[in-house]
Amino acid sequence: MTPGADTTPHAFEAETPRLAKKKFLHDAAEHVRDTGHRAFVRKALGGYYTSRDAQKARFRDWEQARDAASLAKWSAVNRLDELLPTFVANFEANGGRVHWARTADEARTIILELLRDAKAKAVIKSKCMTSEEIHLNAALEQDGYGVVESDLGEFIQQLRGEPPYHFVFPCMHVRREEISDLFGKHLGTPPTDSPEELTMIARRHMRRLYVDADVGITGANFLVAETGQISITENEGNARLTAALPRVHIAISGIEKVVEHLDDLAVLLPMLATAGAGQPMTCYNTLYAGPRRPGECDGPEEMHLVLLDNSRTAILADPEQRDSLHCIRCGACLNVCPIFKNVGGFTYGTTYQGPIGSVITPHLRGLADWNHLSGASSLCGACTDACPVRIDIHHHLLHNRRNAAATSPSRLERLGHRMFVMVASRPWLFAAGGAMFRKSLWLLKKLRPPLLRDWLATRDLPAAPARSFRSQWRARS
Amino acid sequence: MWPLPGGCWAATLTFGMNVSLFIPCFVDQMTPRVGLAVARVLERLGHSCEFRPAQTCCGQPSFNAGYWDEARAVAIRAVEVFAGAEAVVGPSGSCVAMMRVFYPQLLTGTPHETAALDLAARTFEFGEFLVDKLGVTDVGARFPHKVTYHDGCHGLRELRIKDAPRQLLRAVRDLELVECDEPESCCGFGGLFSVKYPMISTAMAEVKGGSLARTECDYIVSSDPSCQLQLDGWLSRHGKKPRTIHLAEVLVGADA
Repeated sequence: MTPGADTTPHAFEAETPRLAKKKFLHDAAEHVRDTGHRAFVRKALGGYYTSRDAQKARFRDWEQARDAASLAKWSAVNRLDELLPTFVANFEANGGRVHWARTADEARTIILELLRDAKAKAVIKSKCMTSEEIHLNAALEQDGYGVVESDLGEFIQQLRGEPPYHFVFPCMHVRREEISDLFGKHLGTPPTDSPEELTMIARRHMRRLYVDADVGITGANFLVAETGQISITENEGNARLTAALPRVHIAISGIEKVVEHLDDLAVLLPMLATAGAGQPMTCYNTLYAGPRRPGECDGPEEMHLVLLDNSRTAILADPEQRDSLHCIRCGACLNVCPIFKNVGGFTYGTTYQGPIGSVITPHLRGLADWNHLSGASSLCGACTDACPVRIDIHHHLLHNRRNAAATSPSRLERLGHRMFVMVASRPWLFAAGGAMFRKSLWLLKKLRPPLLRDWLATRDLPAAPARSFRSQWRARS
Repeated sequence: MWPLPGGCWAATLTFGMNVSLFIPCFVDQMTPRVGLAVARVLERLGHSCEFRPAQTCCGQPSFNAGYWDEARAVAIRAVEVFAGAEAVVGPSGSCVAMMRVFYPQLLTGTPHETAALDLAARTFEFGEFLVDKLGVTDVGARFPHKVTYHDGCHGLRELRIKDAPRQLLRAVRDLELVECDEPESCCGFGGLFSVKYPMISTAMAEVKGGSLARTECDYIVSSDPSCQLQLDGWLSRHGKKPRTIHLAEVLVGADA
């Protein structure tokens, strides 16, 4: 079976959470030093910008399409109590079975039970971030199941023993030569420089595995309430094979993926493809409506859907950040984020990287330990502008900072801000403090107190002017 | 009419506006020339300027760090200081965004909410004020240099200012305006972010500063002194040639 049991996601979870910030700072500094890698990622994204802009231009009005997509998600997320039961009733009427999972642990237990019931030996998976969220692969391997990722990028990451670097482009950080070497090492194939050949190597390897697998595990992009269908969008056709060939199909989805109408996909699917990959549509868009029916020649015998909460209801309960449940996991916010581009995907230490990951991870794993991700932002807002469903991403980073300051403030920081208010509330003190700062700046530059030291390590600071604006203005009039 | 002391006389006669200058704290202390340039440009156009010395800082450092109660105290003060002003104009997209976009949020549900909304409606970023409020694009300036414009993120995305500064620059005599290959990328300043996460902040300065320097311009024009601090800091440390200059300083350059 495929080697490279990915231990890394587990390592993330097992690691003392208190160290998450320390590790982030360490890894960020390390990554920033790797200028070659940063340039490689920027270049890879350069192609994406060009094709995304070309596809956006094909919309009669991109901004209006964003409104429509956002409205479809908004109206579904705000009526989950009504739409989820509708979806479940229709899905089960189609012959599928729904399993509710409150936590990651419950979801893993449900899936392991389904595998036991199916007497499964081999499992094949298509791309599914929810499974990354619940660390499914590690749990399956621990119980002795062989599991293979059928998405090319995920397969490469599995062979490398790494989690996805980017939740849409899992191996965007890997160079072609490295993939060729990796396949050579694990699959015994000769070196090649051709992307087509590399894809074919993975496909040839995979064909057998689809046939041998007893269970196929997929994610879900959308759950259509009115028809009870699962919508999966992909480029390689691997999700179709994963869902159709094995005896049992298990889909895993967060509860927020439900939309009301089939029509909603008419805007959501093209927007997902455009924002996510710069494509007009992805190559394969499939609606799964239950297992094989009598008289049908293909499809699984059983179809299960694990509906995962895992703190989504906590986000739902927060009206301010509820729109973060609109997320269709397109990754557009990562692609434009200067933080992501400079620190790389692994530095986050989260399932969901980038701006949206920084917003939701504190909800999934605790604000006190993960607020540093919200702090690590210049609040430039490129993410919010890129979001096809209009999530107010960068303002939510501010909201997380505020919530963290209210619930677990740093005493020193709070004192600092109180002193700042004291000074800012007294113009005479402000002017005097400013004058003192200007007069002593040369000395401060030599003494390098904390914060100033961090600035001066990489950047110069101008000399202070002799007189402030207020004093010059006074003299002027 | 400049340098007529108390330009308000002339301005009143020419039906100019009475502009209350909003001078961000670090402009007050570190780049007073920017504030003076703003006043000069406005007065030359026939408007009068006042400076209310009770103003200090907009409170953005505390707001962005999450200390909203502390920021609220500063915001309430600022709302009171600028009460009754005909127009409040500041030379920083970031500080103006704080006042216009975030004060109303911060003061929602407080007795100061209406006053905050009222102030927001009268607060403008300098370049935006000239173009969108006064309808002026040619201020009669001359600046014989090749320049590029750096969009500050707050101006660009909170205030949606993109064309106004470029329109103003295009009307300046003998000025050549070029665009860099990362016009909308952040310079990485982000206030306290620049010292709390200095390595990321510097990496961002490297990307943006590098892109701006590659235009081989003489000056990088900006409407945000905080971005200027970051970009100049990085450019100077790395021996790159161009330096930043505030839009107001370009526009004050007189057509000789």
